[in-house]
Amino acid sequence: MILSVDGLSFSYRGVPVLEDVTFSLKEGEIAALLGPNGTGKTTLLRTLNRILRPRGGTVLLEKRPTAEFSPREMARFFGYVPQRGEPVRLSVFDAVLLGRRPHMGLTVEQVDFCKVESVLHNLGLSKFALRYLDELSGGEFQKVLLARALVQEPRVLLLDEPTSSLDLKNQLDMLATLRDVVSGHGVSALLSLHDLNTAFRFADRLLFLKDGAIVGACPPSEVPESLIREVYGVSVDLVHHKGVPLVVPS
Amino acid sequence: MHLEGHSVSPAYLRHIRNKRLFLVALGGVLLLMVIFSVSRGAVFISPLEVMRALLGGGDARNRIIILNIRLPQTLAAVFAGGGLALAGAVMQSVLRNPLGSPFTLGISNAAAFGAAFSIIVLGSGSMQSSSADAVTIVNPWLTTGLAFASSLVCTAVVLFIASVTRGTPEVMVLAGVALSSLFTAGTMFLQYFADDTQLAAAVFWAFGDVSRASWRHIPLMGGLLAAAYALFFFRRFDLNCLDCGDETALSLGVSAPRIRLESMVASALLSSVMVALLGVIGFVGLVCPHLVRRFLGSDHRFLLPGSVLLGGLLLLGADTGARLIFAPRTLPVSVFTAFLGAPVFLALLARRKRS
Repeated sequence: MILSVDGLSFSYRGVPVLEDVTFSLKEGEIAALLGPNGTGKTTLLRTLNRILRPRGGTVLLEKRPTAEFSPREMARFFGYVPQRGEPVRLSVFDAVLLGRRPHMGLTVEQVDFCKVESVLHNLGLSKFALRYLDELSGGEFQKVLLARALVQEPRVLLLDEPTSSLDLKNQLDMLATLRDVVSGHGVSALLSLHDLNTAFRFADRLLFLKDGAIVGACPPSEVPESLIREVYGVSVDLVHHKGVPLVVPS
Repeated sequence: MHLEGHSVSPAYLRHIRNKRLFLVALGGVLLLMVIFSVSRGAVFISPLEVMRALLGGGDARNRIIILNIRLPQTLAAVFAGGGLALAGAVMQSVLRNPLGSPFTLGISNAAAFGAAFSIIVLGSGSMQSSSADAVTIVNPWLTTGLAFASSLVCTAVVLFIASVTRGTPEVMVLAGVALSSLFTAGTMFLQYFADDTQLAAAVFWAFGDVSRASWRHIPLMGGLLAAAYALFFFRRFDLNCLDCGDETALSLGVSAPRIRLESMVASALLSSVMVALLGVIGFVGLVCPHLVRRFLGSDHRFLLPGSVLLGGLLLLGADTGARLIFAPRTLPVSVFTAFLGAPVFLALLARRKRS
């Protein structure tokens, strides 16, 4: 297991947000975190890479507790794509270059610039490289955030609703890129999603979060309709299309 | 995804080179402004003669004027302008607030309170009138020292409140605004009980004036500016990360609260010293970083040197204008920077709104 989470809990001003969250992630696996709004998906992602300090529980990265990691080590291990970013007046190239911060010494090496060029090329962002972030569309900006996380060369990618600002084609492109990164380089990914059908189609495993606790974890083909009803409070039918389950409200 | 096999595009290299050229050009303009400023005054000294005097040659009388009077004033303007603009650029970034400046954190008003306290309560405001009817403060060390101490108290309180609340930018700005009002009220309270002479001295001190600096102050101002610049330049990528938000900074291994605290201490110290030595000089710290961002973007690799150069240029230009336009009378440079800075800031706001 590349990532093992055991009994993780987090409270905000005394109010429990996460309670006894336990799951693990295999190398090369993509897991989707699902659940209604306000159930703690973003908090869980932020607690894993210690943007937020957990109240209890352990997170092991390759069998080593994250509490022992320095912030820089954590950033070399986890690449994080937030739901929103600040569109500051940095060029796309320079914004992505910040992803090399955990690997940098006092100066930027040639190799850092070259890795940025590669990621921009692979994500089709080369033509925007010199444009400022505050001049990009929402979808382009979201791709820049992914590029910055990829250039960190992390072992685990944490993505908070990475497709929320993308049109259908860009959603599929981004997910294909993610699949390519994960399968080719022993990277794992945990992403929160709202679109159940995207999650069913794309993820290897689905983790259902309700009221700060994981209430179900299984591959898409094994998800019972009752679990979706329990988590979302909505009755659904699971219809199979070309071997992939489709969620249709009853 | 393979991250090898690509070389840096010529377009990016050109983009970086253009920014460097912009900085070199700005440095060149500043150098020309220094020569112009030193050559102009009650006695005109040609730029060639200025160059000779700076190299240790030329006419002895001109050398005395240049080295004893004009050069320290010019260097003080360059260092103070550069320092205030540098402090403003860093404060705006770490507070993620476009209004970040020594004023926002109450540092300038705290210094004015310290000076007023020294003049009105401790009596360093016993006045002498010069032949030009100017006001002079009898004990400038006490006044400057108290102004500095008062700025430090203000900074310490802001940082203490911020550390208790885990250093969020909003808390720092709001604490600064509250303390600024408090120190302004304190100054008004003191002025209410002051006699005419003390009141005139306190008001006079509050006018920023770079001619107060002498050679004794230049090493302190220059050294502090160099040290702060070195620290911030060392942190340039961390500041870029912080600019993108705490969440991003933390996810990139940058300890946002620690860098914010460290940067605020250094920039507050830098601006406290400048304000304590020269008085309240507004708008340089606020406007220069915004102007530089407009041309060079927010990348601190270029924003920091650009702010120092433009800050120095703006304050030196304002001081030269304040000396020459109404000669033989000299306007307080702070009035001139406000006249220059306020319209520029409004124009920037208007452009931003349009875009």
